[in-house]
Amino acid sequence: METSMVDVIVDQHKRKTWALISILQDIQKQDGYLSQEVLRRISERMEIPLTRLYGVATFYKTLNLIPQGRHSITVCSGTACHVRGSKRIVNEIMSFLNVEPGGTTEDGEFTLNVVNCLGACAIGPVVVLDGKYHGKMTMPKVKDLLVKCRS
Amino acid sequence: MERLQSINDLDKLRESIIEKNKAFEKTITLCGGTGCRAYGSESLKNAFERELQENGLSNKVRLIFSGCHGFCEQGPIVLIKPEGIFYCKVSEDDIASVVSETLINGKIIDSLLYEDPVTGNKITYEKDIPFYKAQKRIIFSQNGSIDPAEIEDYIAIGGYQAFSKVLKGMSPEEVINEVKVSGLRGRGGGGFPTWQKWNSCRKAKDNVKYLICNCDEGDPGAYMDRSVLEGNPHLVLEGMLIGAYAIGAEDGYIYVRHEYPYAWENAEIAIKQAKELGLLGEDILGTGLNFDVDIARGGGAFVCGESTALVASLEGKAGEPRDKQHLHTVDSGLWDKPTNLNNVETWANIPIIINNGAEWYAQIGTLHSKGTKIFSLVGKVKNTGLVEVPMGITLKEIVYDIGGGTPDGSEIKAVQTGGPSGGCIPDRLLDIPVDFDELTKAGSMMGSGGMIVMDKKTCMVDIARYFVKFLEDESCGKCLPCREGLKRMDEILTDIVEGHGYAGSIDLLEELAFVMKDASLCGLGKTAPNSVLSTLEYFRDEYMAHVEQKRCPAGVCTALITYLINTDACTGCGACKRNCPYEAIVGERRKPHHIDFEKCKKCGICMDVCKFDAVEIM
Repeated sequence: METSMVDVIVDQHKRKTWALISILQDIQKQDGYLSQEVLRRISERMEIPLTRLYGVATFYKTLNLIPQGRHSITVCSGTACHVRGSKRIVNEIMSFLNVEPGGTTEDGEFTLNVVNCLGACAIGPVVVLDGKYHGKMTMPKVKDLLVKCRS
Repeated sequence: MERLQSINDLDKLRESIIEKNKAFEKTITLCGGTGCRAYGSESLKNAFERELQENGLSNKVRLIFSGCHGFCEQGPIVLIKPEGIFYCKVSEDDIASVVSETLINGKIIDSLLYEDPVTGNKITYEKDIPFYKAQKRIIFSQNGSIDPAEIEDYIAIGGYQAFSKVLKGMSPEEVINEVKVSGLRGRGGGGFPTWQKWNSCRKAKDNVKYLICNCDEGDPGAYMDRSVLEGNPHLVLEGMLIGAYAIGAEDGYIYVRHEYPYAWENAEIAIKQAKELGLLGEDILGTGLNFDVDIARGGGAFVCGESTALVASLEGKAGEPRDKQHLHTVDSGLWDKPTNLNNVETWANIPIIINNGAEWYAQIGTLHSKGTKIFSLVGKVKNTGLVEVPMGITLKEIVYDIGGGTPDGSEIKAVQTGGPSGGCIPDRLLDIPVDFDELTKAGSMMGSGGMIVMDKKTCMVDIARYFVKFLEDESCGKCLPCREGLKRMDEILTDIVEGHGYAGSIDLLEELAFVMKDASLCGLGKTAPNSVLSTLEYFRDEYMAHVEQKRCPAGVCTALITYLINTDACTGCGACKRNCPYEAIVGERRKPHHIDFEKCKKCGICMDVCKFDAVEIM
């Protein structure tokens, strides 16, 4: 990403430190992750030491320091989803796509994330594919979803 | 929108909105909560707009795309007012007939009505549905009357009236006293008396003070705060405005989870509209009062629900908590200034208390727990969703009368409240009332309002391990008892669920739990062992079965179970064989099938796809 784009986003948030996480998230939205170059630029613009910025970027789960796949699959493992069998859904996706949670498939198509709770507990187990929520997932349903997405 | 110059202007605006809305003969409220959106309610919105346009009804019928109605199980939900007709599981194909039959011809569409699972009767009106009947929805009922992106809707139902009441004739001390008399206790989990926090922050000697609204709802299995902020952001803002007046703060922040996009988007819109009207910003309603609110998004760290960690996060740092014993946030919080932090639901209660009076509010509930509480009723329960109940109601009433029991009618084994910091309450104790102190006595806690129902197919050891793993992942790592203690607990529990538990495992686990409770720095570590301790107290026999007999009675822990096909029930349809990813099922068509144990990876797909319940767990 162009560093000028970083500047635009930082300025949109008026370089406020309380908005740091929002700034990092908005910048990350462009490429799906925060590169070293981008972090250096933010550090300069925000006047935050790079070490502290790195500490923040690695502390919060929504921030990535490595490139992501074209499609994002997020499986909720909140308690409500857990008691309704989300673990099996995760296993199914892992074996179907040959990918570990937090990882990206070799072809760069899918990144699988397992998160703690998406706050859609009534319709669990929940799978979010590219931002769209899919409720009451079963293993056959999740497979269909992935096959459709691939084609 | 024109800026309001006085309290009088606000009253006039309200009257004009009410007058304008009289042109609408009917209102369709389409639920746009996260659950209903997942079921496609956004496409329903477009369909309604189209149909109303084509039938020339756009000026007569108002369409509101509202926040959550609570009965997520039945989504997408459509409510037609003034009658209060409740349609559930509505699809895009139904919209044309809802408009032509119900709106134009006044006919009820039977197939869209809710069917009472007990009596089998179809129910026409929302007020008659058992799920809603047993609730007391003083906060949540507003969601169904407003479009969260329209400040006018909120004003029309009496929004910002509590704030004007305060401005018209209450001193800050009187406001704090009103909150004191109401008996309101913090809804974020701890249950600390709200007025005490406010009072300490007001008395703190500093010219600059901050307010924070905590919507970093991290408890897995809970989404009440999300739905309140998403569906009624002005209610929260009004609560904060009243707090700002009482405490003497000029800046506020709403800290919202990044995972809740509609919540922060709606809150951003609400702030913008309130600023345009002069209800936020400088010289509010010409009274000289200044108060501004900004939205800060969370980064996905559970520990940031803890006040000092949240403050660190707002300061642009990693969200690590600090010791609160000697320095409270009300004295030294954000940027070392006095800071008052309350949870979304606590703020939402404030305008309701001011409008109705503290005495009225204090009538609801028990001696030490007043008002209502919103719970996220989820897990193995028929009617999942958000329920708002008066304090003092029993857990049994919630899970059976409102929740309808388990989906298959089997017995409830336990109810988990309080999120990862809470505990599991067994069925024999379900008569205890919803009350801060009673739940704590039972080894759990009120928490922010997650209520997860568990049946006999839920393994309590697995649940304890689930919460320990969750917290291990979320521990910030600052203090050793929490960081290391959780790791070791996870190891012991993993051994137990994998069949490697030994005689001393349970005692060691218990000892470790007590050390963590005593020695951890913040609330996360101090309460982390609760799930282990409560399951050990009430379900010790399940632990023993895992350790001594290497058996998982609930049939969950894969290392200790085997899948079998009941040859009497198997029809030989072949569904399991086709779907097994490991080719572990053998058998000829129309003849009973068998599982090859060598190949079986215990994924459970066969059980999911079998329509004859022929796959069993041993």
